[in-house]
Parts: sequence; structure tokens; C-alpha cells
Amino acid sequence: MEKIPILRMGNLLLVTIQVDLYDRLAETLEADLVQVIKKTDAQGVLIDISAVSIIDSFMGRIIGNIATMSKIMDAETVVVGMQPAVAITLVELGLPLKGVLTALNVEKGMELLKEKISRKEDNRGESDDGDSE
Amino acid sequence: MKNEAIKVFQKKKKNILEAWMKFQLEDEGLREDLMSNEELRSQSDDLINAFTSNLKDENIDDPKSNDFEPIVDILNAVSIARARQGYSPRETGMYVFSLKDALVSILQQEIKDPQELYTQTIKITRIIDNLGISTFESFIKGREEVILRQTDEISEISTPVIRVWDGILALPIIGTLDSSRTQIVMENLLQEIVESGSSIAILDISGVPAVDSLVAQHLIKTVSATRLMGAECIISGIRPEIAQTVVHLGIDLSDVITKSSLASALKAAFNILQLQVITKRQQSITNNQ
Repeated sequence: MEKIPILRMGNLLLVTIQVDLYDRLAETLEADLVQVIKKTDAQGVLIDISAVSIIDSFMGRIIGNIATMSKIMDAETVVVGMQPAVAITLVELGLPLKGVLTALNVEKGMELLKEKISRKEDNRGESDDGDSE
Repeated sequence: MKNEAIKVFQKKKKNILEAWMKFQLEDEGLREDLMSNEELRSQSDDLINAFTSNLKDENIDDPKSNDFEPIVDILNAVSIARARQGYSPRETGMYVFSLKDALVSILQQEIKDPQELYTQTIKITRIIDNLGISTFESFIKGREEVILRQTDEISEISTPVIRVWDGILALPIIGTLDSSRTQIVMENLLQEIVESGSSIAILDISGVPAVDSLVAQHLIKTVSATRLMGAECIISGIRPEIAQTVVHLGIDLSDVITKSSLASALKAAFNILQLQVITKRQQSITNNQ
């Protein structure tokens, strides 16, 4: 069966979706990803959806779910490379993916992730309350 | 038996054209700058031919008869063409009404019985008046087409996406935002974000005359879509009146970065990108230190 590879880069996980997602594939990805996060104790997840050109409400929800799941497992998630048409579709479907970090491309996504992680570690070190701005 | 007037018209086609041309050329409103005399003559000739061949015993009493449709078609084409050339509706109307003068003057020459002349004149007048009104109608239709085309053009040219800085796009919106326009704005903006790799987009709405809940919804949609792409969106140009209406309507813009002017939006964008603008003097001071 087809599977979407989850690559590990240090404390980050890299998921590049190179095919158009279909329901089963997305569900498998969801299950796999949380397993890998658990196993590797990853700090961040980067999901590249630049090759996804068609999206429906289900797929939008799955992407949102994956982000929320990783977040509660203490891994920041960034979705990168969304195509304009996909963005418009999601907004029209009423799925603005609130709470999900996004970036324009992998490079910017990586930067964002690293920044988030280092900030999180700083906060932990200081054990201050309140999130930094 | 054939109607007297129709017989006269069919016989005297040439004379009608001559008389009509004479009336038109004498008219002060003749626009030689817009149409040459030859063109005018051939146009008039076509019209007289259509008129005389379609005028029949059965329809001379009925100005609304379908038989006049070919004439109306010709007149509509003439009227729309003239509207585009810049004729005023009065000039186009006078063109048709001067045909009446020509027809009546020919009738006067041919029909000697005053009673008969009177009834025929009334009939012809009615028909020509009807034709004249149809030119007005099609004139307005022609103008409306022009307006419609211009509206399309305006909506097309009025959504430019400007690169104000490396990584900062600005999109001044001028005019009312409706669904179709939002769609164009959104598509242009997102496309440009991908092409230029910008991370901040500034939507300037100082040119939007009024913001109602629908417009606000469109704005929020655009902001959400840019966020999904991984870029931040700032709305600038919120005028005091707009701020008032937005609050009165209960629209929640708290998730959106809003600024009052494009300048402050640009400043905010610099802040996000951690850029700083300093004067040359300051720069030299820091260099010397």
C-alpha cells in the first residue's frame, strides 16, 4: 500500500506529500505521524503540501487534525507551500485552519519551526509564566 | 386597391432620398466630422429601401406591426453605431424625424386632396415617431453596453499588487468590494505571494467607500487565505467612519492586524521582518563609534 514517508531531521520531522491525498492515505498518515512523534520525541513537524492541488473538507480537517495532534504531543507543526487555489478552497469551505502555523516554503517553514522551538526552550529554562510575544 | 401614400413612396423613392438628404444637409446639426456625406447617403438609401418595401396596406395603420422589424433592426444598428461614434441621441433622433419631413413633402406634391393628404400624413407620422423612439431605446442600450464594458475594465485594472519592499506586498483596493471582485483580488494576491515569495501582504482599504458586514467578511476571507499560504496580512487605511461601522455591526477584526494608514502598516511590516529604517547621519554615527 502507498505510504507517505516521514523523514527525521534531528529533532524535526519532515513530511512531504508528493501525491494528491486521498482519504485512506491521509488517515494512514495521521496514524503514522503520531506514532513517529512518540517514538522519536520530535520537537517539530513540517508538512509540505506544495504538490497537493486538490483539497476537500475532509482533507482540510485531516491536516488541521494532524497539526492539533502534534501540538498536544508537544511538537510544533508548520504547514508549508499551500497553493493559492487550495488556500481559497479552504477559506470558502470555512476551514481557515486556525491555530495551524503556515509558511510559504520549506525554507521559511524550517526557520519558523526552529525559532518556535528555541523560544519554547527559553521559556522552559526561565520557567516564566505567560507566552512571549 | 393600394394605399395612395404607399404608391407614391414606391414611385418616388429617388425623390424621397433627395429630399431627405437635402433636409439633412441643411440641418445645422449635421456632423460632417463624424460621418462623410457618401456614408450618410448610403445609410439613408438603405433605410428608405427598407421602409418602402415593408410599408404595406395591412400595416400602414398599425405602427407596432411586426412587418417593421427589418426597419427597426436597421435603425437599431444605425443608432448603436452612432452612439459609439459620439452622436448625441438628439442628433440620431433628428435624423429619423427628418425622414418624416421628406416623406410628408413628397406626399404634399403628389396628393392633391387635402382630406386624403391629412389622413396619410397622420399615418406616416405615427410610424416614423415609433421608429424614432426605437432609436432612442437602442441608443440607451448601446450606451449601457459601453458602461458595462467600462465597469469590467475598471474592476480589472483596479486590483494591482505592488511590491513595496522585498517580501512586502501592498494591495490598494479602490471601489466597492463585492464577491466577484474579492475573488479577483484574492487570486491576484495569492499568486503574487507565491511568485515573489513575500511573507507580508498589506491590504489598503482607504479607497473602499463603505464597509458593511459582507465587505468585512470578504476581507476576513482574504486574510485567512493569505495566512494559509504562510504569509501575514495587514489591513490598513481604516478610516474613522469605517472603524465606527465595523464596531457597530459587531464585526470581529481582532484576529487581523489593522492599521490606520499605509505608513503605519509598512512600519509594522518592517517590525515583523525585523528591518529598521535609519537616516544616513545615524548610520555614520554608529559606524564611527
